[in-house]
Amino acid sequence: MDTEEIQQAVVQLRPQLVRFARLQLRSDSLAEDVVQEALLAAVEGAARFSGAASLKTWVFSILRNKIIDEFRQQKRQPQNATTNVEDILDGLTEELFTQADHWIEMPATWGDPEAALEQKRFWLIFETCLDALPPTPARVFMMREFLGLETAEICKELAITSSNCWVLLHRARLSLRECLSQRWFVPEKGA
Amino acid sequence: MLSCKEATELASQALDRKLGLGDRLGLRLHLLICSGCRAARDQFSFLRKSVAAYGAHLDGSSPASGRRKD
Repeated sequence: MDTEEIQQAVVQLRPQLVRFARLQLRSDSLAEDVVQEALLAAVEGAARFSGAASLKTWVFSILRNKIIDEFRQQKRQPQNATTNVEDILDGLTEELFTQADHWIEMPATWGDPEAALEQKRFWLIFETCLDALPPTPARVFMMREFLGLETAEICKELAITSSNCWVLLHRARLSLRECLSQRWFVPEKGA
Repeated sequence: MLSCKEATELASQALDRKLGLGDRLGLRLHLLICSGCRAARDQFSFLRKSVAAYGAHLDGSSPASGRRKD
């Protein structure tokens, strides 16, 4: 591919990039902004694209860094400070666990969950469940799983302790499994 | 003995750090007797797998139609 072809291919990735960014930033306009920046960086850097990774992987890695930058900037704005982690956490565990910290309703297995990955509708539910997470657990989960950061980096970026980080990840995972259980992996009723 | 809440905390942390020996043993013991926490542990792992597969899904090529080489 010559530079111009690379640039054209980059621009064609835009819808996927916006969808990915929107899921993480939870804002259409912020998503448009970071994708714009990522596209510009990719187009400008097209000549440096080595072809070692796939083009898509390369562009997504640029986008990931832009999203991390955005998270960093948001942290600096005091109204978005990630504080009161305990407040956020109180709610969910009360819904799921008894006072003795045992399940109110025992989780059932999901059978063959891998099959879901091949179904389009599953991904809509998956996105819906991610969108339903409260902002702070969502952000930590995104940074950990989608952006692939280690918890130490997340703690540093968000200025929280590692134990808070683990608690937030636990909360995010519990909420997601609860949401997917209710909306996708519904126990079969003779169907 | 760990409570279910504690066991799921450890199961979640196991995805993010290497658990100490005591935690590993405690978790293993709890999982042996608790099917609910076993299901939750498996589902936590599945979430990670889903995120990894989400990228491929964004391609528009479902794993079913365009099976990649394993």
